[in-house]
Amino acid sequence: MEKPQRISLLAKGMGMLLSFTCRLLTGVRTRWVGCQPTITSRIYYANHSSHLDGLVIWAGLPPLMRHAVHPVAAKDYWDKTPFRRYLVNKVFRAVLIDRKGDGPAKENVLEPLEAILAKSESLILFPEGTRGDGEELSHFKSGIYHLSKKYPNVEVVPVYLENLNRVLPKGSKLVVPIICSAVVGQPLAPLAEEESKAEFLQRAKLALEELMP
Amino acid sequence: MSIWDSEIALLLSGVFSILVVASIIGGILAYRYSGEKSNPTIDNLNARIRAWWLMCIVCVLAVVIGNIGVVILFALISFFALREFITLAPTRRSDHEALFWCFFIFLPLQYVLVGIQWYGMFSIFVPVFVFLFLPTRIAIAGDTYHFLERTAKIQWGMLVTVFCLSHVPALLMLDIKGYEGENVKLLLFLIVVTQLSDVLQYVFGKLFGKRPIVPKLSPNKTIEGFLGGILSSVLIGICLYWVTPFNWWVAGLMSLAITLMGFVGGLCMSAIKRDSGIKDFGAIIEGHGGMLDRIDSLCFAAPIFFHFTRYFYT
Repeated sequence: MEKPQRISLLAKGMGMLLSFTCRLLTGVRTRWVGCQPTITSRIYYANHSSHLDGLVIWAGLPPLMRHAVHPVAAKDYWDKTPFRRYLVNKVFRAVLIDRKGDGPAKENVLEPLEAILAKSESLILFPEGTRGDGEELSHFKSGIYHLSKKYPNVEVVPVYLENLNRVLPKGSKLVVPIICSAVVGQPLAPLAEEESKAEFLQRAKLALEELMP
Repeated sequence: MSIWDSEIALLLSGVFSILVVASIIGGILAYRYSGEKSNPTIDNLNARIRAWWLMCIVCVLAVVIGNIGVVILFALISFFALREFITLAPTRRSDHEALFWCFFIFLPLQYVLVGIQWYGMFSIFVPVFVFLFLPTRIAIAGDTYHFLERTAKIQWGMLVTVFCLSHVPALLMLDIKGYEGENVKLLLFLIVVTQLSDVLQYVFGKLFGKRPIVPKLSPNKTIEGFLGGILSSVLIGICLYWVTPFNWWVAGLMSLAITLMGFVGGLCMSAIKRDSGIKDFGAIIEGHGGMLDRIDSLCFAAPIFFHFTRYFYT
């Protein structure tokens, strides 16, 4: 295994500052109900209703795990300004995905994500692709299916985020402190031999819905 | 200002001796009931005692820093309590901006008013300005769904967690003849009596409690616990009269008012929790639940204590 990339002091400090602010606002507590926090290669997938979602899951991980867990972020948003690029590349060490590429070039789009799984590290992704209103899950994109088909040994773990849409809802730039929780569920059963894409996505969606209170 | 006079030292050493004794008893109980006989009540008791240590140390640190430290400490407590309260209240997307004002503008302003000791504005800011602003802002957002309920819930949250609680540090602004620069002791008196009364009601309730006062609301609040807790904390209040500007019987009456209000506060907050189907407001203090679970009695006691003292002694 290659040596983990060195993280600069500034980026570490920035990460700590952000996760502290995040805790102050959301008091977030991660409850591991279905599995334990371990450094195995996993795909954590969660419902998406706020810009803070990725940060909340990331900040809720034990610090030792953080360097091996990479949030998946939208390239069209996070590549825009130097500050966003700094946060995404140096602090969260996220992987950027090209959202517009939902056409024939799909395999290429997932390439940076596959590179992470190939290194036996983990991903945080939001299969809905975009933020919802926090009420219902919308349709899952197929990336999660392709990844688990190609890497059958990677555990696919649902994470339900509660109340995040009340902290920083879509369409607002103001944050309001509300206590949030992240519930980590049981890893999905591996993709079955003859299971279709739609069936798998449906199963993944159901597993996430079961974690809703 | 000499806050470290002998009286304050005596009061604090009293508080910390109680903690030492409690920790020893908790340790013995934990040792006796370890392994197979382990008992969740005792685990909770020890968690509570540990949290008490932390809370007392934080309070002492704030007092050491001085008036600013006390004001900032209570502003933070208000912040966490309001956060717990709003989390429970079913607010909607259209309340978002009004809530932002509550947390980041009104709450700090209320404590700035305490800090600069502007009594006139401090006492009307929330009930007049904030309470008229909130419905206005929510109305402008244009969502009429349960308008009155939503407004009332946010107003209530601001009233209890910000306005009422800010009366604790506001005790520092009272000008009491012959007691100048010693007000922080008045504040400690209020906190010690309220919190001890909570503990004593709990202890008497656990030991002798049989008849619940409001069975539907809280089976743990019993007549036995109530009477035992109130009487013993009034006695403690009388014994502590030397830290206050009161004489012994006034200290007793003040303690009675504090403990009665504290009891009522606990009752009202229990009603909210019961209605929402939860046990605690949060999990910020290990063993105690949320911030609001710990300070509910203080929220109700502080304004009454403040105004009684202000009316009769300034």
